[in-house]
Amino acid sequence: MKKTSPEVLPAEGGLGNEPLLAVDNLHVEFRTRAGVVHAVNGVTYSLNPGETLAVLGESGSGKSVTAQAIMGILDMPPAVIPKGEIRFRGTDLLKLSEDARSQVRGQRIAMVFQDALSSLNPVFTVGWQISEMFRVHRGMGKKEALTKAVELMDRVRIPAARQRVNDYPHQFSGGMRQRIMIAMSIALDPEVLIADEPTTALDVTVQAQIMELLAELQRESNMGLILITHDLGVVADVADKIAVMYGGRIVENAPVHDIYKTPAHPYTKGLLESIPRVDQKGQDLYAIKGMPPNLLDMPTGCAFHPRCPYRQDICVTEAPALSGISGTRSSACHYWREVLDGTHE
Amino acid sequence: MSDIQQPAQTLPPNAPSGPPLPRSTKKEGKPASLWSDAWHDLRRRPIFIVSAILIAVLVVMALWPSLFTAIDPNDPRTCELATARQGPSGGHIFGRDNLGCDVYARSIYGAANSLLIGISTTLATSLIGGMFGLAAGYFGGVTDTLASRLTEIFFAIPSILGALLIAATFRGGPLSSITLVIIALTVLGWPMTYRIMRAAVITAKSQDFVVAAKALGAGHMRIMMRHLLPNALAPVIVIATINLGGFIAAEAALSFLGVGVTSPDISWGLMISDARNRFLDAPLPLIFPAVFLSITVLAFIMLGDAVRDALDPKLR
Repeated sequence: MKKTSPEVLPAEGGLGNEPLLAVDNLHVEFRTRAGVVHAVNGVTYSLNPGETLAVLGESGSGKSVTAQAIMGILDMPPAVIPKGEIRFRGTDLLKLSEDARSQVRGQRIAMVFQDALSSLNPVFTVGWQISEMFRVHRGMGKKEALTKAVELMDRVRIPAARQRVNDYPHQFSGGMRQRIMIAMSIALDPEVLIADEPTTALDVTVQAQIMELLAELQRESNMGLILITHDLGVVADVADKIAVMYGGRIVENAPVHDIYKTPAHPYTKGLLESIPRVDQKGQDLYAIKGMPPNLLDMPTGCAFHPRCPYRQDICVTEAPALSGISGTRSSACHYWREVLDGTHE
Repeated sequence: MSDIQQPAQTLPPNAPSGPPLPRSTKKEGKPASLWSDAWHDLRRRPIFIVSAILIAVLVVMALWPSLFTAIDPNDPRTCELATARQGPSGGHIFGRDNLGCDVYARSIYGAANSLLIGISTTLATSLIGGMFGLAAGYFGGVTDTLASRLTEIFFAIPSILGALLIAATFRGGPLSSITLVIIALTVLGWPMTYRIMRAAVITAKSQDFVVAAKALGAGHMRIMMRHLLPNALAPVIVIATINLGGFIAAEAALSFLGVGVTSPDISWGLMISDARNRFLDAPLPLIFPAVFLSITVLAFIMLGDAVRDALDPKLR
């Protein structure tokens, strides 16, 4: 790949006050025949080197679409980004040419997907696919690239990497395939790694191993990690901070420990109460009432109001802004104080 | 690490290394790609073996016809007008045609032109149709719309009529009659390959590994050549093999109608055409090239069927 594009991204180095990656008031719409789907409605979050941000939310909350917008892999059209900025080291990625963006993809910001089997090309061996990263982007020869691929497979702890380098994806187990995807994504030492539900397709013991692996790789390379998940249990150990999404908005931003102890948004609180506990055996599980919002026809005011136990008249008419509670926390709720104190219910 | 499948180092040195393969019939140490799997499947199909032997014989016939017959039909001295339409005899097992030439030798020598035209046309249609189909399927939008409308125009032309028109219009020009037939069949044949390729690419494009490849920094060319093409190739190979037989038949039809291969070149279609007027007096000069033609077309269609069955895992 030639590096001839006029827009040159800042190299690694001091960041000053600018975070490594900052998503600012991002809006994404899908213009479909049925109408405009407002998938992301003003998402703002930031990530520093060595930091892990967990983006939490249910299906359709916009967490994956935000990630795809950062990567620039949304199909446009039908997707449109009418507003917002995605700044990587201070440069707005949305203003870059397609050429310059493809320089960022994989090399500076990489992504791991949910289903590792379908994310690997079935017709090539895993060694070929990993070493392709080195051949294409680093101009290495076949042999050298394959040696690097084996090293990388060792690094993501694939046993007997040397013997297995010429195997095809379908010959690996789910956990091993996800390790191979992770190996490919970290091949070029990206500064940001986005993992979109990396453990959803795996069984519980393997989930823990993959999370541990991601955390270790992050410690070794000091990259920023965005972990997209709907599983509160997965993030507790590895995340530094959590952004909770609902209806295409961030509803709560907080360091990981605060959010588990004292949620400041009724939706977060509902999520935490829905986690099954060992001491609850035999009782009904708690569930948030109602359905996720229809993105074609969002509720007025606060998107969560039809399901919210704290709802007042103002929630139906006025959407609460994401406002600071303390230096590190923010919540988008008119009644966050009540939620925080637990005075209701 | 519970998802370790089988650590090789704990095995005795003579045991097979690597995990147990999903198919027990596979040889050790050889990973199973789609193609090696298909080949494995193919070579135990009787229909493939029969068609492969037939095609092998035809190819040898086309390359070294003198292995099959001592008579060179391109040499006019081998024809004797006095013996025209003579029945089978010792030196001329298929008898002689209207001009007293040996039918057997001419049938053997006809294989070369039929295969040349069939294979060239198949390569040309696969290349053109495949390229357009890949681009249209991948880029979609305006590219796709333009290319698809263009193919619909070609689809609207009845193919024999269209080929007839092209071959008749440019006859006698600088191009040889064989080249002209290849061009005419290619012009009318590529939209079929285009459609198959485009559909296969659209299916492959929506798979996660294409998005994943893009997220890891692959450009358009790389995605098309490395990720889409290998995964969309199977149906194109199948249709190409089946079409090959069709093109050979179409060449015979054009030659029969007098706009295909012309004398002194030898073609089965031409032989059938020459023999048809005296069919009731001497049926053999028509029947033998027709049998050669039918067997050739059948062999390629059978091969195409076998390849399709081997490449489509859902049919197993």
